[in-house]
Formats: sequence, structure tokens, C-alpha cells
Amino acid sequence: MAAVQDGQLNMEVEKDIKTEITNDGSGNINANSSSPGSTSSGGKSKSPAGSGEDQQTLLAVLQFLKRNKLTESVDILRREAGLSADADDSPVSDSAGAGSGGVPNVSADGGDANSLLSRVSIATPSIETSSGFGCGSGGRACRLQCGEDQPDVNVVLSAYSQQGDPVLYPLYYNGLKKFIESVLDCHRAELSQVFYPLFVHMYLELVYNNHENEAKQFFEKFSGDQECYYEEDLRILSSMSKKEHMKGNETMLDFRTSKFVLRISRDSYQLLKRHLQERQNNQIWNIIQEHLYIDIFDGMPRSKSQIDAMSGSLAGEGKRDANKAKVFYGLLKEPEIEVPLDDEDEEAENEEGKPKKKKPKKDSMGSKSKKQDPNAPQQTRIPLPELKDSDKLDKIMNMKEATKKIRLSPDNLPSICFYSFLNAYQGLTAVDFTDDSSLIAGGFADSTVRVWSVTPKKLRRVKSAADLSNIDKESDDVLERIMDEKTASESKILYGHSGPVYGISFSPDRNYLLSSSEDGTVRLWSLQTFTCLVGYKGHNYPVWDTQFSPYGYYFISGGHDRVARLWATDHYQPLRMFAGHLADITCTLFHPNSNYVATGSADRTIRLWDVLTGNCVRILTGHKGPIHSLAFSPNGKFMASGATDGRVLLWDVGHGLMVGELKGHSDTIYALKFSRDGEILASGSMDNTVKLWDTLKAFDDVELDDFTAATGHIHLPENSQELLLGTYMTKSTPVIHLHFTRRNLLLAAGAYNP
Amino acid sequence: MAEERRPKQCTVVLPTESMKAMAESIGVGQLQEESCAALSEEVSYRIKEIAQDALKFMHHGKRRKLTTSDIDHALKLKNVEPLYGFQSQEFIPFRFASGGGRELHFYEEKEVDLSDIINTPLPRVPLDVSLKAHWLSIEGVQPAIPENPPPAPKEQQKAESTEPLKVVKPGQEEEGSIQKGQGAISAEAKGKKEGLMRMKPRSTHELSVEQQLYYKEITEACVGSCEAKRAEALQSIATDPGLYQMLPRFSTFISEGVRVNVVQNNLALLIYLMRMVKALMDNPTLYLEKYLHELIPAVVTCIVSKQLCLRPDVDNHWALRDFAARLMAQSCKTFSTTTNNIQSRITKTFTKSWLDEKTQWTTRYGCIAGLSELGPDVIKTLILPRLTVEGARIKAVSEGPVVSNIDKIGADHVQSLLLKHCASVIAKTRPLPDNMEQYRADYGYLGPTLCSHVVKARAQAALQAQQVNRTTLTITQPRPTLTVSQSGIGGSGGSRSPSIIKVPSSLTLMSTRPGTPTQPSPPATKYIVMATSAGASSTQQVLDGSLVITLSSSSGSSVTSTVASATSTLQPLVKLESRGAGGLGGSRPLQKYIVVSLPTSASSSLESKSGMLPPSSSSTSPISLEAGMKMDHTGYVPNGTLLPI
Repeated sequence: MAAVQDGQLNMEVEKDIKTEITNDGSGNINANSSSPGSTSSGGKSKSPAGSGEDQQTLLAVLQFLKRNKLTESVDILRREAGLSADADDSPVSDSAGAGSGGVPNVSADGGDANSLLSRVSIATPSIETSSGFGCGSGGRACRLQCGEDQPDVNVVLSAYSQQGDPVLYPLYYNGLKKFIESVLDCHRAELSQVFYPLFVHMYLELVYNNHENEAKQFFEKFSGDQECYYEEDLRILSSMSKKEHMKGNETMLDFRTSKFVLRISRDSYQLLKRHLQERQNNQIWNIIQEHLYIDIFDGMPRSKSQIDAMSGSLAGEGKRDANKAKVFYGLLKEPEIEVPLDDEDEEAENEEGKPKKKKPKKDSMGSKSKKQDPNAPQQTRIPLPELKDSDKLDKIMNMKEATKKIRLSPDNLPSICFYSFLNAYQGLTAVDFTDDSSLIAGGFADSTVRVWSVTPKKLRRVKSAADLSNIDKESDDVLERIMDEKTASESKILYGHSGPVYGISFSPDRNYLLSSSEDGTVRLWSLQTFTCLVGYKGHNYPVWDTQFSPYGYYFISGGHDRVARLWATDHYQPLRMFAGHLADITCTLFHPNSNYVATGSADRTIRLWDVLTGNCVRILTGHKGPIHSLAFSPNGKFMASGATDGRVLLWDVGHGLMVGELKGHSDTIYALKFSRDGEILASGSMDNTVKLWDTLKAFDDVELDDFTAATGHIHLPENSQELLLGTYMTKSTPVIHLHFTRRNLLLAAGAYNP
Repeated sequence: MAEERRPKQCTVVLPTESMKAMAESIGVGQLQEESCAALSEEVSYRIKEIAQDALKFMHHGKRRKLTTSDIDHALKLKNVEPLYGFQSQEFIPFRFASGGGRELHFYEEKEVDLSDIINTPLPRVPLDVSLKAHWLSIEGVQPAIPENPPPAPKEQQKAESTEPLKVVKPGQEEEGSIQKGQGAISAEAKGKKEGLMRMKPRSTHELSVEQQLYYKEITEACVGSCEAKRAEALQSIATDPGLYQMLPRFSTFISEGVRVNVVQNNLALLIYLMRMVKALMDNPTLYLEKYLHELIPAVVTCIVSKQLCLRPDVDNHWALRDFAARLMAQSCKTFSTTTNNIQSRITKTFTKSWLDEKTQWTTRYGCIAGLSELGPDVIKTLILPRLTVEGARIKAVSEGPVVSNIDKIGADHVQSLLLKHCASVIAKTRPLPDNMEQYRADYGYLGPTLCSHVVKARAQAALQAQQVNRTTLTITQPRPTLTVSQSGIGGSGGSRSPSIIKVPSSLTLMSTRPGTPTQPSPPATKYIVMATSAGASSTQQVLDGSLVITLSSSSGSSVTSTVASATSTLQPLVKLESRGAGGLGGSRPLQKYIVVSLPTSASSSLESKSGMLPPSSSSTSPISLEAGMKMDHTGYVPNGTLLPI
């Protein structure tokens, strides 16, 4: 579909601009998000003296792009910003060009359903403003007026400049409300979705046009009607009562720059359209045209519960098209390990004098994994680091441990070992365990990172260079000898950050540790020398989370700047930048096959990104609060997410569908983890509990027919209570992290909070 | 649409007065009303914006409380200089002031003298972060260990016992957790679904092997011979959160124990059992309501039983009665409801046997003790009216023909008990003046002595009010010499030898009765310092007098004081208690130092009198009682094993 293509294009531009800005260190989020939308009025506002700065920035961006030979982006940007090659093109011709490139005037066109429909779905971010532009001459005058002093915001806000009688707004809204309340039940739930975005945009229009009192009244009158999960956003809206406030308000920009996506069945949509046309209710119709993206589907209208399950995000539901791309959720086979594994294993077993009975079994396991999973990505889809000998040894250990693994089931629950951080004085902000559960790392609000050894093996530093030169490099125990016995201790403290450490992650080989902090950096620490190796700069704002790839080498970070960055440990600049979230990225996670990255955000969506292409391949909506934890099932097929609303949602990654909802927690869920075989999901929360859920049953209970798979409209079974296997209260200790050991013992961690 | 209307999210704005105040604080004098209004809107908006950002930091800091540093970080996010120096751990101490028609909240910045900071010793370095592991769950069952929350919270136990119908709600989340928590019963853990239909088991709690072992150890230690073990066991009973399931067994143990030992007149064991009751009641996680039907009879038995020991003439069963009476009063306070009417029923029982002419002195004593512990109101309504009758009875025994020694002792005890409890109540209720004759008219035989007691009580109360400052000061400074100086009035410093009392530096000093030290003419007092370290019986030292320190009092009249008047001084003036032992898990043997003042003239009646030492607060009572018992028994128990110190 054209819309999707354009969207991607647009995203690319945005990304480029962001690179530029973050590189020269003068990052400004507002400029970022506003630039792509600066279509016609960017050109218009060029002449006033106040816009000189803006133009300069644009030129600088263009220069940068040229320097980097990104000609395509240059063209796009130029087209968008209305700058010609010699930069003194007349603004009039620019806007005319934009107008001709855009869609025909909306209000004039009263065409049939199909043409309307096509327009709705064709409308793309890049031409939004131009469609707003065509809606009335009064609006244009106003825009010109305001353009004098605040060109930047004005560009973004210009769409709100349409002049309607402010007194009529409540009437319009009420009229629609009455209509929707009077329609058939089956349509009512669907059409009610319109209320919230309509309310928001009407309010913003009122505020923008300086009808302060009317706006206040409008808000007071109708804010109570909105769904309770929009409360947070409403609070932000309510604080915004003046036009000046709109400048620089991020939430406002989100509403403006992104279309609110609604899924409505064709029948319901026709009803709505007919009503609005009959009433000549252009005000509302304009808003729907400009700010809403109505994703129309054929079939039964959805029920209230179905809608409620999916809605709640900042910008409505994900478009159906957004979740159509194929996701290779299967696991990578591990052929390289097999050969050395068997060899090593044999040796080890021979040494131990064990009978070789086990060997055929091993082989069968190996052959099973050799079969190519149809859903798995190609082995070399993304380049993965080669395995070192130590990695292979670790894999062997892993295999051995796995044979001793306890089979979990609802009748056979895991034991939970809780690691309490004492005397942390509310300062524990992040925890991670190594995969083999030998080390624990904690990030603290006092900027430190502490590493503990939970095995009798103490933490030792490598000797200094001078001492190392004295070591006999040929000796067998050289790895032992390079360690400095004098430095052995149970814990080590890593100093370097200058702000609270919010994210922490061990590398799979236990040689490195990543930490992300409020100071905007991600640091890579060596666990051999216990020193900082690299500080990755790029996020200029707090970095909320960072996570190593399951294969090492790559890592992902995400933070307040709404961009997730993919890094490789040996590059000081990011390899990929994933832009698209409308609010802070709060948590990040690699897919087990390392080909995808999931990010959870404060805009209440989860996005899945393709590491290879950088595209967003899934937008999952349904949470009603910022998402704070993510977990992939070990087979890569499912995902769980937990948010501040205390609910865990289960997702089918392949279909991009919500498949379950686990209610029970009463506070933010900070930790989620599947058991090693994926039978049990453990969730840890701020409400001082660890809960265990039967995920096998949860995934079994979902019946997926073709229709639901195609439309994504799923009936969620209300079975949280049946799926809950156990609740374990801690003693005033919020659960911050969970980890299943290789033998399926559950480790939990949190700070005791007397 | 949302069904329930949310509270209105109207736009709250700062008052314009705040703007004016802020403007004045930076030197802008006259601010137009309009500018104020404009400013306040702008400022309110910015503050809200910053608060929203600060919330993000709170969430990511995994906290529920917004801190000043969150605000700082939010400001930093907006490229605003943070408010340096606004560090506050708990709350920001805003002060409120109003005046001139304006109201202000301000942050008080104290002037701090730098030399003060330099000269004060450094505060203790806060403990470093450490990691501690425990089992939250073992194969789906949460073990009852101190690291885990109690399986059944006290509120729920209470709800269960008071409103049994409300608790069981099938399918409730709480229900599930409890079942899992109590899942020592394996059947219960598995059959969750049947659990919804199943009746709640009342007393058939099956104990795990560990719990059985624990129960055995604890009960053995509680009635065993080793005092150190007993202290640990009682400590465990008083603090352990996982005893809920063992409670029925403990209560049966106690009630059976009392039944048997009352018959056998085994005073020591009765005391141990009462201490167990005390420990159970002290446990914050237990709610005893369900077991009162076993515990109350046991306790009441220990109060009013005719005979509690083999030799009533010498043994100090009085202390046990006092202690049990206090327990009774405590349980009345805690558990008495309108439905069970414990207090009124208990009061009725006591009064009935007290009024009975044939009641023996021991029971009589117990009844009075039990009643008077219930509070001044009970004393006023039930005891004071009967003082005359009781006085006559005492007079008959003490002045009449010698009947038996036991009766005489009993009458003495009853008399002192009445004096002690009534004096304070009368001092509070009866108007001045205290006329000896008037008292005799009102209260009969006991009148004159009561009068002098009341006078003393009044003086004491007055002094107490005056000396609050002084005593608290001395308490905070744990210098050993203070133990002595507190009890005598100033000036006698030269005659003491503080070096005799060796007090470890780690001791904290607690004055139980701040007012007692200073009396109009205090008799010369004796101090006995008993060092009781676990197991090692230092009782011999007390006996041979090496640790009995005599201190001359300041006033000249020292020796002559009657037994009756001496009773009032029979109070533990200072109790020293080593704090460290209890808190650190009892790895070190518990050390107790008890300083007791005794009248010199009453040294002959040391055994009997000291038993009446009334502990002043319920928390210290076991120790004081212990002191009483020890002193009592060391006099005649030859082997010392029955009551080791």
C-alpha cells in the first residue's frame, strides 16, 4: 500500500536528521519530529526574519547529507522543506507544488464512499499538512500571522488553525455523541473509538486558536466520558491550556505528527460518514480526515471487549498493515557447535570414565536441530560473531546442565531463590544475572555498578601489564596465572557513570557488562579487568535500557530520545537506529535468534524491529501504561510484556496477535521471564510478589482461525485465575529481576525496602 | 464510555499570591495583578511538566516515592540547572507561616556553624550494600522463615477468628496465596480446585518434620533448665513469623502444663509457662483470639490459685501472680470485644471470689492484683469502696491473735498491694488536702498509711513533672557513674565508689522510673548488681555479698523506716540491659545487669520483699520478674539448677 511505503520513506528521512543532530551534539527532539511535517508552511515561513535560523538548520542538514552522499534523502528533504537547489526558489511556487502533489481539497469533495476511503488510506504523514492547508482561507491567514514569531511550532500546529466557532465545538461533539449512542449496539463500540481522538484534537484546536475558556469548558464537559486508560494523557492535556504551552510539548507533538489509528469495520464507517455528511458537520469531518487514520476492514464489527483489549496506546492501534511483514521467529540452528561439542563431550566423558551410552542420544539431539525450521531466518541473515573456544566450552556446560534440568509443569513448580539487596537505600535501579547464574550485577542510583559472584569462585582482576609479561605463556594454566589473587573478592564496584544506572546486561560469554545511565551513555565494562572499555555516546538523554544480543557482539539501547540504537561492541557509532516510538523507549530486548529487537515504550506500544533492514515489523498495542518488561519465549514464537498497569500481555510474534492477558499484579511489572522450556512464565512486580503463570495452557487455549489471524481481532479468554500457578509475597521487597538458571531454578532479585 | 466518573481533572493553578511572594524574594517589588495571573499559569504548567518527567525517573528508579533527585533529573532533561543542595531522604521539611494576611510555605534553612560540623564526631558510616539469598519458594511452597512474610497475616487471622464467614471467598487471589503458603500440607498444595469447596481445617494442622523438630526444641527449652536456651526460645516465639500453624499446639502445651504443675505446686514451671504466654502475645504476627479459651484459664489459675508452690511461707509466688495479672490485663486490652466480653467476665470472676469471706489470702491477693491491673477505673469502682472492709480483715490478722505465719504474710502482701495500687489512683482523684484523720474515716484501718502513700505519690508526680529534663538527659549518656548518681541526690558523689560497678561500655542505660530516685527523705539504699551471663551462674556472687554495694544516702536519717513505708521504695530504680545481645540474633550470651535498690532496714526480708518488685512497663517485666525470682530463690534453692541465672 502506498501509505506504508511513504511512511517508511518518511521515517528514513527522520532517521537521517536524527543522526545528524545527535552527531553534532545539539540535539533537539522537537526539531526532529517537526522537520518531516514541515511541508508547505516551511516554505511559506521562509521569508520572515524569524525563520532564518530554521532555514539555516535545514541547509546544514542538507550539507551534511550531501557530504555523506545521501542524495536520495537530500531530494526528499528538499522536496519536503520546499527548498530548491539554489535555495532562493520562490515560496509561492513551492506551496503550489506541494498543493499539486497532495490530495484534492477535502471539504469540497463529497464523493462516494470508495473515493473517500481511498483518500483516507492514502493520506500519508508527508501530505498531512497540505490537506490541512486546503481547508479554508481563514486558516491560512492565521497561520501567516503566527508564523512571524514561532515558525518551528507553527509548522506543526498549523493544522489546528482552522477557524470554527468555538461555541459550536461542544455542540458538534454532543451531536456526534448522541448519534453514536443511538446507533445499533454492534456499531456503537466501534464508533465510540472516535471519541477520544476527536476530543483531543478538538481541545487542541480550541487551545491553539486562543479560545482558552472554551477549551477549559470543553475539557471539563467531556473529559469524563473518555476511557479510563487515557487518564494519563488527559492529565497532560489538561495542563496545556495556552497556545504557548503547545510549543515544545512532546505529547502534543505526538498527537499532531502521528495519526491516531482506528480500526473500524466497513459498515460502521459508512454509518459514521453518512451521518457527518448529512449534518454537514465539516468540523468533525476535517479532524477525522486530518488526524485520524481509519483502518477499515470487512467483516463483523468488533465488540467492546475486543476493542478495549487492543486500544490504549498513545496513537491508537497499530495499523493492520504494520503487522503484515513476515517475521522469522524460529531459532537459529547451531551447527558449528555440534562437531566440537561431540568431540569435547566424548573426551570429557572418557576422562570421567563414563560409559558411552549417552552418545547416540546426543547425536539424535544434534540431528534434530539440524533440520531447518521453516520459520527461522537464514543462518547468515545477520553476521554473527564466530564462536570462540571458551564459548564452545560454555555451550557444552550448558548442554550438560540442560540434561539435569527439572521439567516444570503446573504440578511441579520451580523453587525460587530470592536475592535481596540489603542497605540499598532505595537506590537499586537495575539487576542482571549471567546466563549460567554465576554473577549478579546491580545498577544503582548513585551511579555505581556492582558485580557480585554468587558462586564460591571469587572475582579476580587480570594482573597488570608488567606482571603479565612475566608469566610463562606456554603453561597449561595460563588462564589461571594471569589472574591476580590479591584482588579476589566477592564483589567489585565499577565507577564511571555520572547518573543513575537504569539498564544493565551481561554479555553471554561473561566477559563484558553493559550499563546504561541517566548521563546519556552506555558503557561497556570488562569483567576481566573490571574497568570501563568504551563509553557509547549517542543518546543525549537518559538511556533507560540496554541489552546484549544472545550471541554477543551486538547490543541495543533505548531511552528518552525515543530512538532505539543497535550497536556493535567494536563500533563507537550505532549500526541501526530504530525510530518510530512516540514516547520514551523504556525497555529493549533481543529476539532469541538475534535477528529482531523488541522495544517497549511509554507510548504504550511494543515494536519489533528487523535488525537487518531496520524496519519496524510489528506494532503491538493493548497496554494501558508504559511498558517496563519484555520476555521472549525460548522458542522465539511468543512474547510477554508487562506494564505499569499491572497486566501481562502475551503475544504471538509470528501473527502479530495478542493471545493472552494475565491479570493479577497490582503494580508495575518490572520483571518477566520464561522458564528454560517455556512452560512457565514468571512475573515480578513492584507489588512485592512473584507470580507464576501456566503459559502452555495460555497458548493452548487460544484458538486461531483464519479470520482472527487475518484481522487480528481476537477473543481473549478470561482465564487469568486459572493460569495463575502461584503467588509468592516477599517482605517489602519489590521484584526487579527474574532469571531461570539452566536447571530451571528461578532466581529473583530486588532491594529490601524497610 | 467509562462507567464511573473520574474525579475532575480541572486545571489547578498556583495562587497569584505565590507569584508575588516569589517575586518579592528576588527583589521585584510591585507586580501587576495581571502579570501575576499570567505568570502563575505559566509556572503551573511548567511545574506540571517537570513533575511528569520526574515521574518517569521514579518509575525507572523502581521506586514508589518521588525524590528530590528525580526532580533534578527532570530539570536536567529540560536543560535547566537542577536545584542543588535539595537533598532530602524522607520529606522536605516545609514550614508554614502566616501573617499580614498571607500564608507561606517555606523551606527552612538553618544556619549551621561550621566548627560544629567539624568538631562533632563523624556519624557512623552507613552499611554497604550487600546481597542475601533466601528461599522464596521451594517447589511451589513458601517456607515460613523470617525472610518471608508471615503465611497468614495478623489481620487475616483476626478476621478469621472474628468474622469467619467473611474470609473464605473462593477464587480470591489472596486465598490462592494462602493455600500455597500453608502448603506444608501437600494435599492442600495440589488440590487447589477442591480447596474452593473444602471446609477450613480448624485444628488439624499437620506439621512438617522441621516444624515438629522446632516445636520440640522450643518447648523443651522453654521449660528446661538452661536459662540461655530459654531466653533464645522465648525470643524465637516472640519474633518468629511462621508460628501460626503451631499456635494450637503451643496453647495446649501451656494449658496442660499449668493444669499439671498447679497440682504439683511447681512454681518454676508455672513461671516459665507464663513467660511463654507473654512471648506469644508479644509476637506481632500472631493473633491469639482463637486460643484464648485455653490460655485464659491457665493465666487465671496462676493468678488466683490457692497454692502455687510447695512452701507458701517462703516461696515468692506473689510475683507470679503479679506477672500473670499483668498478662491477663494485657489480653483483656487486646482481645476484649463486645461479643466475647472478656474484661467484664474476668472482672466478675475476680470480684466474686474476692467478696467471698472464706477466700484465702493468696487468692485474695490474686484477685486484687488481677483487678488492679485492669486500670484505674476498675480500681476506683471496685477496690476503693472495699478498702475499709479489707483493712479490717488485715487488721484482724496483723493485730489479732497469731493464727498462722502464712496468713500474716498474705495479709502483709495484700496490704502493700492495696496501698501501691490505690495510692496512685487516690492521688489522682481525691482533692487535697491529705488529712490523716479524714483518710481513716474514709478507708478505715488502711487510712493513715494510705494517706502517707498518697502524699508521697503526689510529691513524686510533682517531681516527675519537674525532673523530666534531668532524667532524660542522664539516660542519654551511658556513663557508668550515672547509674549511681541518678538514685541519690547530689552531693553524695564523693562517698560512692563508681569503680565497683563495672559496666561495659556498650551498655545502654534505661531508667524505668525516672521519678523514683528523689524522695523527701530517702532511706539509705542498697544496690545489688547482678551480672547474669548465660549459663554461668554468678548467683553465688550475689549471695556472698561481694557485689552488694552500700551507698550512703545524702540525708542523715537513713536507717529507720518501717516495712510498710519501705515498700514504696521497692522498685527497680535502674535497669541496665545490654542491647547488643538481643538484636544480633543471640549469638552472644545474653547479659543482663539489674540494679535493684533495697531498703537497708528490710534486708532481713530481702527474699520476700524483692519478689514484689513491680516492673514498671510491660516490656521489661519478664526480666524484672526474673530478678525477683532469682533473688528470692537463691536464698534457699541449694543446687541452683531449678532457677539458674
